[in-house]
Amino acid sequence: MYLSELTELPGVSGNENAVRAYIKERIAPFCDNIEVDSMGNLMAYKRGTGNVDKTLMLCAHMDEVGLIISRITEDGFLKFKAVGSLDPRVLVSKRVRIGTGGFIGVIGRKAIHLLTPEERKKAPVMKDLYIDIGACNQEEAQKRVAVGDYVVFDSAYIPFGDGLVKAKALDDRVGCSILLELIQEPCVWNCCFAFTVQEETGLRGARLCARRVQPTMALVLEATTCSDLPQMDRNMVSTYLGGGAAISLVDGATSYNRELAQTLYQLAQSHNIPVQFKQTATGGNDAGSIHVSAGGVLTASISVPARYIHSPSSVISLADYQAVCDLTRLWIQEVHHAKIITRAL
Amino acid sequence: MMNTLFNLAAADGISGFEFSLQEQVCKLLSSYCTSVEADVMGNVVGIIPAADPKAPKVMLEAHIDGIGLMVSGISEEGFLSFVPVGGVDSAILSGTEVRVYGREILFGVIGAKPPHLQTGGAKEATKISEMVIDVGLSAETVRKKIAVGDMVCFAQKTESLNDLVVSGKSFDDRAGFISLLLCLESLKDKTLPFTLYVVAAVQEEVGLRGAAMVSERLAPDCAFVVDVCHGDTPDGGSESIFKLGSGAVISFGPNIHPYLSTLAKDMAKKENIAVSYDADGGDTGTDAWAVQVAKAGIPVLLLSIPLRYMHTTVETLHYDDVCAVGSLISAMLQNLDLEALACTYQN
Repeated sequence: MYLSELTELPGVSGNENAVRAYIKERIAPFCDNIEVDSMGNLMAYKRGTGNVDKTLMLCAHMDEVGLIISRITEDGFLKFKAVGSLDPRVLVSKRVRIGTGGFIGVIGRKAIHLLTPEERKKAPVMKDLYIDIGACNQEEAQKRVAVGDYVVFDSAYIPFGDGLVKAKALDDRVGCSILLELIQEPCVWNCCFAFTVQEETGLRGARLCARRVQPTMALVLEATTCSDLPQMDRNMVSTYLGGGAAISLVDGATSYNRELAQTLYQLAQSHNIPVQFKQTATGGNDAGSIHVSAGGVLTASISVPARYIHSPSSVISLADYQAVCDLTRLWIQEVHHAKIITRAL
Repeated sequence: MMNTLFNLAAADGISGFEFSLQEQVCKLLSSYCTSVEADVMGNVVGIIPAADPKAPKVMLEAHIDGIGLMVSGISEEGFLSFVPVGGVDSAILSGTEVRVYGREILFGVIGAKPPHLQTGGAKEATKISEMVIDVGLSAETVRKKIAVGDMVCFAQKTESLNDLVVSGKSFDDRAGFISLLLCLESLKDKTLPFTLYVVAAVQEEVGLRGAAMVSERLAPDCAFVVDVCHGDTPDGGSESIFKLGSGAVISFGPNIHPYLSTLAKDMAKKENIAVSYDADGGDTGTDAWAVQVAKAGIPVLLLSIPLRYMHTTVETLHYDDVCAVGSLISAMLQNLDLEALACTYQN
């Protein structure tokens, strides 16, 4: 499986280079043509066995949330800004890797002994935080880092518990990893495996892919919020870890084609693939920009539930990962049989 | 010795659960001491006896316990609730990796509700009551392997940020203990006119308890306590804050015996050891506070190592400062006049 290597690669939105290089190298033997566009989206085309003029675009984003160095202080500390949606509450007391050199740094804050009772109750504010690389002044820091360097969490891929995994960037290296597996298998329709950039900064890469590929249908593979924690209002639980592949109905960016979503759900059920609907209507992913591009694209999302998403330690179940992989494989094989397709197209 | 610091800091042993460290600490002390003993509470004492059994006694002390967490409950779903052991800033917890000491050692992650669903909203710190430890096991398995009261340690390796600037957990106060070993190393071929006790104390973080017990039992004629003080950070202010790499910090104030702080100052000058000074109006918040009033009263000196982000998993220090403390104690021990010390208030 590619997931352990993929999650440990740095790929903050705007610098997905390491992830793209890793994927490109591995997919080359399995596709007919590879394109990389001006933003860095990677599209791999594979001709289908069905000999029909229809294209299924399978989409996963390569980028991850992270930080960008914005200033180096006179004392040699690094100020930063968030890239993508990051809660500053997951940053304190964490180790990070900076720039292409992967220099190590830490995000601390003044010790608990020095915090006032009011300060202890307040969430840390991003602009007050800084990275310490052990440099004694600005000049020394500049030897290792520069303004504009991207920063990722220093977090290893660690399997634990009953088939769970902890890693950074599971959102959305799970999707990348599944596409890497499935590109090696035959498909019926022509397929475009699109590895997109800058999902986390506003679904920006995927729209270019949709316009270029003009797919008949798109399937977005994602990691989505999983909040199955104790004391949670059951109505606010979006997905359950171990509950299987999560199919989206409505989220903040897309009202999904209900018939397509139902078809996928039933297909999973009839093949004993664990499946669930994502129960909340928040969030959003590349489907949001794909389905309104190229004159409108029939789009579905299948996600791996991820606890503590957008943190250095997000958690998935490998069984859920397998369910998303199995359902996607099935869809690549069955897509031409689905009723919705014959009627709509 | 830097390697020893890396390993010792990364080892697990929160206040009250230092048993997991005892073997390692005993082994480290045994290469310098004639004998090593552990008491019923877990304090470890290395002894280098003087030739004369009636010789006075000097204690060097650092605490080896660290802050951490303890399991306080198991939810229906198998998540663990927890309470802090020692002063834990709840802001450091979300997304932190831990080891749970149940029937076996289990890896876990501290998780919180998604930001928008936390009761305090996005502007308040996440409450510990809204966080869980996720060990990824079914409730049934969790109940078999984990019990309320089990120790939870932060899983953090030590790393070098920049040559001698190193970062990890539990430098407070394992770095202090390492400075004592550095001192012993430099005294290897020297004979001292007093018996030396080298103490790795327990339960400092929950109220200076180990130091109180052990100094009561050993009743030394004088004591050197090593702990950490706050290192310089952009948000820490300047009061009692010390630059990393600036050397040993000598404390002054009611907690500190003036003979010892003066000697420290003099020896630092004589031996060209980098030092800064700190003053506390009373409680230094360290074992020195407990040692001073143990038994019939024990003259005590506090030396500190500047440490950034104290009580987090990214505590950061400059190794030169650890060495400076070791050198300073070594120089002081070779020039210590215990009679003069005893006479301080007699004239």
